[in-house]
Amino acid sequence: MSTLADFAARIASGTIRVVDLTHTLDPDFPVIILPPEFGQCARFRMEEISAYDHRGPAWKWHNISMSEHTGTHFDAPSHWISGRDVPRGAVDEIDVADFIGPACVIDCSDGAAQNEDFELTVPVIEEWEKAHGKIPAGSWVLMRTDWSKRTGAPYLNMKDDGPHSPGPTPEAIRFLIDQRNIRGFGVETVGTDAGQGSHYTPPYPAHYYLHGAGKYGLQCLTGLDALPPTGAVLVAAPLKIKNGTGSPLRVLALVENT
Amino acid sequence: MTQPIAPPPKKNPQVRSQSPTRPPEVRSRAAMHLTAAAAEGRFSLQRCGECGVVQYPPRDACGACLSTDLPWEDMPEGGTVLAETTVHASPRLYFRERMPWRSGTVQLDAGPTVLAHLHGDVPRHARVRIQARLDHSGQGVLIALPAQDTPNMEDDPLMRALSADPKHRRVLITDARSPHALALTRALRQAGAAMIFAGEPEGWRPYPQRAALEAEGVEILPMDVTDTISVQKLAGEIGGKTDILINTAQFLRPGGVLDRGDTGFARDELEVNYLGLMRLAQAFGPGMAARTADGVNSAIAWVNLLSAGALCNAQPFGSFSASQAGAYSLTQSLRAEFRSSGLRVMNVFFGPTEDDSWYQPLPPPRVTSSALARAVVNGLQRGLEDVWCGDIAMDLRDRFRRDPKVLEREMTMGGEGA
Amino acid sequence: MGRPASYDGVALVAPFSTNYQRYSIDTAHHWIATALRGSLRAAGIGPADLDGFSVSSFTLFPDTAVGLTQHLGLCPRWLDHIPMGGASAGVALRRAARAIQAGDAEIIACVAGDTNHIDSFRQLLSSFSRFAMDASYPYGYGGPNASFALLTDRYMTDYGASRADFGHICVAQRENALRNPNAVMKKPLSMEQYLAARPIAEPIALFDCVMPCAGAEAFLVMSEDAARARNLPYARLSAAIERHNAHATDPIQLRGGWTMDVDVLWEQAGLGPGDMDLVQTYDDYPVISVMQIEDLGFCAKGEGAAFLRARDLTIAGDFPHNTSGGQLSAGQAGAAGGFIGMVEAIRQVTGQAGETQVRDARTASVSGFGMINFDRGLCSSAAVLSTGALA
Repeated sequence: MSTLADFAARIASGTIRVVDLTHTLDPDFPVIILPPEFGQCARFRMEEISAYDHRGPAWKWHNISMSEHTGTHFDAPSHWISGRDVPRGAVDEIDVADFIGPACVIDCSDGAAQNEDFELTVPVIEEWEKAHGKIPAGSWVLMRTDWSKRTGAPYLNMKDDGPHSPGPTPEAIRFLIDQRNIRGFGVETVGTDAGQGSHYTPPYPAHYYLHGAGKYGLQCLTGLDALPPTGAVLVAAPLKIKNGTGSPLRVLALVENT
Repeated sequence: MTQPIAPPPKKNPQVRSQSPTRPPEVRSRAAMHLTAAAAEGRFSLQRCGECGVVQYPPRDACGACLSTDLPWEDMPEGGTVLAETTVHASPRLYFRERMPWRSGTVQLDAGPTVLAHLHGDVPRHARVRIQARLDHSGQGVLIALPAQDTPNMEDDPLMRALSADPKHRRVLITDARSPHALALTRALRQAGAAMIFAGEPEGWRPYPQRAALEAEGVEILPMDVTDTISVQKLAGEIGGKTDILINTAQFLRPGGVLDRGDTGFARDELEVNYLGLMRLAQAFGPGMAARTADGVNSAIAWVNLLSAGALCNAQPFGSFSASQAGAYSLTQSLRAEFRSSGLRVMNVFFGPTEDDSWYQPLPPPRVTSSALARAVVNGLQRGLEDVWCGDIAMDLRDRFRRDPKVLEREMTMGGEGA
Repeated sequence: MGRPASYDGVALVAPFSTNYQRYSIDTAHHWIATALRGSLRAAGIGPADLDGFSVSSFTLFPDTAVGLTQHLGLCPRWLDHIPMGGASAGVALRRAARAIQAGDAEIIACVAGDTNHIDSFRQLLSSFSRFAMDASYPYGYGGPNASFALLTDRYMTDYGASRADFGHICVAQRENALRNPNAVMKKPLSMEQYLAARPIAEPIALFDCVMPCAGAEAFLVMSEDAARARNLPYARLSAAIERHNAHATDPIQLRGGWTMDVDVLWEQAGLGPGDMDLVQTYDDYPVISVMQIEDLGFCAKGEGAAFLRARDLTIAGDFPHNTSGGQLSAGQAGAAGGFIGMVEAIRQVTGQAGETQVRDARTASVSGFGMINFDRGLCSSAAVLSTGALA
């Protein structure tokens, strides 16, 4: 049996589980909020074209609209100014092989439960590696915070001084890029950076360093608590948007039952 | 003395809702001027430009000297009742359903004799105040009020029929985040509104006045006028008990065409200011239009808050003004579409406000939210169609009426320079 | 004002009234044709002999007198359409009489009639006049009821008339109507019933209002010579007046246009009010009859109620008034309401009134009033008839 045939058979038999890491695209799902004088991220919207009625008797369909960065979505290097000169930095140019790769899940849920500004630091990563081994090159590193279990206002957690949600420190991101050469970084929050990420140097370090280094981001993931610390493979292929800086997408994790 | 109206009992679900009926709508073109003035709460008649005789009914030539120069002029409101009748039978359904109906012959201080609806508190042969009001067909009619206000006079059946009084009515404020939502709530409460709902977009984004709205007893319910599904959902829930809808949703940013360089904000302006209005109307309109004869808390009014920039493009809000012009035009379509139901469409035009931060860089005068709220409630109580709130709105209106092209030229100066 | 020429030599013949129906499925054309034929037959004349035609009707739309000529197969050389409601008969008569005197026509039929479908009254009201459309109809004025209620209210206030005074008129007319087989009202009316009637537009109650119905009235106008040659009973036209939009600056109508022309009327007739053997007033509401009694000089202004109260208004009474029952009891067949008194008066002075005949009636006054354009009736007319040849 070929590897792929074996793979398909294992999925069919359930020895490989497919876990959906995607939020439902819903008009009321939060998006990132910028100061109002900036351009804003479009919310997901859906308008009925027809519904088996006078507008189209036998069919129902919708027009949808949204930002590239609405809902569970993929960030390409060209999303950030640091990545604007990265070769093949737009979603339509990225090597499709990059869309499938292994994932390491760093469980920060306890810390995030106690501190909404919880930081993923280098020591936290080193601690994880002690238990689960060194993060292999080319890995997706997923920061599990269980933030996806929040709904409504606590999700964005907007305060007078801006949103508060966990994220990586500049050092931690640089470590993952420089020392581990990861494929990309994924989070359950609305951005790969902490809610207060604008106050780091540089501001929004995850975006800044990841995309400057040609790495990818995944945001608004859910279901990370269903993944093992290592061993899962992510399928995360954005829409092929010409010069797109990102895309809503369906993120699937393949997990081997042991 | 007028008996105060008691809060209506809960609706009997086994009783058929009354279909709306209307007083006569057809008028001559001349008579439409009386309506146009009544739409703003003014009592205006023709005075001959040559011989000075005040005319009534409206006409095309002076009844005294045959001049065709008959400009409209606001008139003193005093008059004396010469005769009165209480009608107990009418072939017109609208009046049959409201019998007995009182009306009278009034000699105006301004000169002519008119027929007018008589308020119940007017004594025989008394001095009265004449006002022009819009009736259920949206046409101007004259009413004779007691010379001095009387207790509960707004509860007279005549006054209920010729107003959109919020008293005992249930009001939906479409956007709780509006800087005017709280002031509106307070003014409506004071005017006796029975219930206030407020649509809340993006409940995941906190805003300071939410707690204050809740403290005022506002029922905050999710709705985003840019999200068709949410609008339909809320209409499904409370559309049947929305008596007055006040559309406070507005997207405002400075900028015209060239300085923005993209269509992002313009799209938001149209999504909220134009399409939002359309979504609301498509979801709430049919239900409200069907409930305009539903007793004390019948559906009565659709209120739009519009920038006076709807009349003429106002810098630095070039693109926003365009969205307001579109919305204004859409409200005219709504008027036509709601006309047969008697649902009133009231537009409240205003200039820069104190409470909307986007107007912060503009010099005074500015309108406060409480002034705007008072204008809305007052307009409803008087059954107006067009309300101009604040000095800037009135200034724009007057200049527009004087000469729209001159106004346009004044509003589109290029600035000093080479 | 110059003195108008007399109407000498003019004869009014062949009065004819159709029966009156509360509602009719037939058209105004049907009713007008019926009355015209009745009048022509009474005179022994065929349609082809008719060379003048005058029509009054509200419900002919989209037709006018012109359309009727083709519809009815007439070929007149003189044609008139008189849209003046209650004043129509006097106005039609004046014009026809002058045409006869001038030789523009030899035999003119004056016809008024309307149908009354279910709902046609309401539709008529809604498009009655521009001023009514703009300034009275929107106030709940189901037709003229409320307008006349206002005049009645003011009249009662200023002159101290009572409901019973109006009742006196209505009760007497009902008694007269019981002798008129064409009348819609067939039951007697007592003063108690009158006073207890349900209010329609206070102070007007049910029996102050006419009953809209379908019907038509007609008579012929020709020269006295022609009438005598045909051996027809005829009435002379002793005098006639009309006036429109009189006293426009009166704040409310308490007098009509008759006051402007009443002296001409009696001078031309060579008679006075006291010479009248019977009086036909336009009675859409009793207050209007009272106004005519005053304005035609039977008594002073404001004394009409007392004047009538002191008199017996029935056929056998000392002041026979609206002897066929008038509109109040016979019914108001649209524009025929403007003709009912004239046709009855012709019958009376020619001795053809049958059951309603006033004994030895030789003179009659007939007045008309019409068209509440806004707040008041604009048209007034009056005529004095006298016996030419008895039947």
